[in-house]
Amino acid sequence: MSSIAEATIDEICVVACAEAFRGDGEILCNPIGTVPIVGGRLARATFEPDLVYTDTVAVLPANNFPVGDPDAPKVVESWVPYRTVFDIVWSGKRHVLMGASQIDQWGNQNIAAIGDFRQPKAQLLGLRGAPGNLVNHTTSYWVPNHYTRSFVASVDVVSGPGYDRMRELGSPSNRFHEVRRVVSNLGVFDFQTDDNRMRIASVHPGVTVEQVIEATAFELAGTDDVVETRLPSDEELHLIREVLDPGGARKAEFR
Amino acid sequence: MRAFGTMTTPKEAVLPVWAGSRARAIVAAMVDKRMTEDEVVSELKDGMTIGIGGWGSRRKPMSLVRAILRSDLKDLTVVAYGGPDIGLLCAAGKVRRAVYGFVSLDSIPLEPHFRQARQSGAIEFTELDEGAFYLGLLAASHRVPFYPTRAGLGSDMLVMNPDLRTVTSPYDDGEELVAIPAFKLDAALIHMNRADAGGNGQFLGPDLYFDDLFAMAADKTYLSTEKIVPTESLLDEGSVHTLRIQRIFTDGVVEAPRGAHFTECPPDYGRDEAFQREYAATARDPEAWEAFRSTYLDAPSHAEYLKALEARS
Repeated sequence: MSSIAEATIDEICVVACAEAFRGDGEILCNPIGTVPIVGGRLARATFEPDLVYTDTVAVLPANNFPVGDPDAPKVVESWVPYRTVFDIVWSGKRHVLMGASQIDQWGNQNIAAIGDFRQPKAQLLGLRGAPGNLVNHTTSYWVPNHYTRSFVASVDVVSGPGYDRMRELGSPSNRFHEVRRVVSNLGVFDFQTDDNRMRIASVHPGVTVEQVIEATAFELAGTDDVVETRLPSDEELHLIREVLDPGGARKAEFR
Repeated sequence: MRAFGTMTTPKEAVLPVWAGSRARAIVAAMVDKRMTEDEVVSELKDGMTIGIGGWGSRRKPMSLVRAILRSDLKDLTVVAYGGPDIGLLCAAGKVRRAVYGFVSLDSIPLEPHFRQARQSGAIEFTELDEGAFYLGLLAASHRVPFYPTRAGLGSDMLVMNPDLRTVTSPYDDGEELVAIPAFKLDAALIHMNRADAGGNGQFLGPDLYFDDLFAMAADKTYLSTEKIVPTESLLDEGSVHTLRIQRIFTDGVVEAPRGAHFTECPPDYGRDEAFQREYAATARDPEAWEAFRSTYLDAPSHAEYLKALEARS
């Protein structure tokens, strides 16, 4: 019967990622990373059936298929080589859910480098598509290791600009910017505050607000009357476990 | 598995008999651009700006990259959706400046040799949004000074690249945009699944990436290919949509079976993950790097490299 009590943290995070896409309608759902990918596919398989999503290579599959299995049969509904992905970014019909090595209270994200970018202590991926994503369409983030070195007072490089940068930039350049939510292994965060400062939207079951505050290097809003992140439904658990990620690849992001 | 359905068109089905012989006559007159990797490298000069096609660890012209590694070339500016091409060229000390949106081995997200070069300050760098990078290639291809984009506004892209300028729309909206300058390339290196001797290139995998733009953006483009086929056979394995490199943009054709190894080159072969792991591990271990270098990179030709690969068990 009901397996709600058995939902594990990875499944709760998958559902929290899926929820990022609620209300998006017919756009390109573009999660990056295993938990976000399972989440995006879950959203499409349940409450957002009009989404299209990528196979992370070059096509849009119209069927539900598992992560980590390159031989899984795909019903191809369209072709999206990288050039088309960029065209879609600039069209605005996309919502990306990507990682952040560092994120600050305004939602500034860093995936480029740790330390001074001129000669970094640690070179990371580079700017990748973050600068273009943020000023063109909705963005959400997934941070599997929430601690004071990922939720930082100030990011070393702004790859994806947050709300303070957008205020500075002003209209009309900031008109397509939205950081919808940040999902971490401890909770869900958004920017639904008067000055778009990050707040706690919910904490995952078993996590306390104190734990979240402790693991965050800046002051979070919304620390009173915090709700719990919703649990996966039985249907969602079935889809995650049996259809979208039967191999449990999502669990590898929690080490 | 092939991303495209194969569309083989029996010639006699679409062309009258006389057209077949005429087509053959035209092919016979086509310029023959075949050359070797070393001949390509002999046309490159110190300090050149060289674009490299492919994406991450996918369909990179690795036999041409290795020919550069064993040459005396130096001070190169390398422009690429970076993978082991940039990593190897950095490790061998060939790079003065790298121009990239990212450098990644895909299955290994961070390119360790490139990281070392950045962290030690060994190279200059131009790091851009990866979509903006596409516009730099497009601008050079179209011979305009820049293409405008919103990408970069608000991020540190403009801080990291103080030479980047913005433009204001001349229309009523007056919007400010980033002007991505044309990436003028002295030479481009790309790898195709098939090509003819005249330099018409064909990709058979799921993505062309930006190889057509690299070819157009460069003064000279050198194309390596898994297999040189007669022009009349170019439609044997893929539809007309796969013929995306036109010979007016190519200057040399190198036949290099497994020429993209260890990067992937579907449908011909996938990535050699074991080899890539070995390559990546050499960044932590100077001795392993020397062994890797002498066994694989110092192989005097692509044929010798393939023999060294065969000797791996």
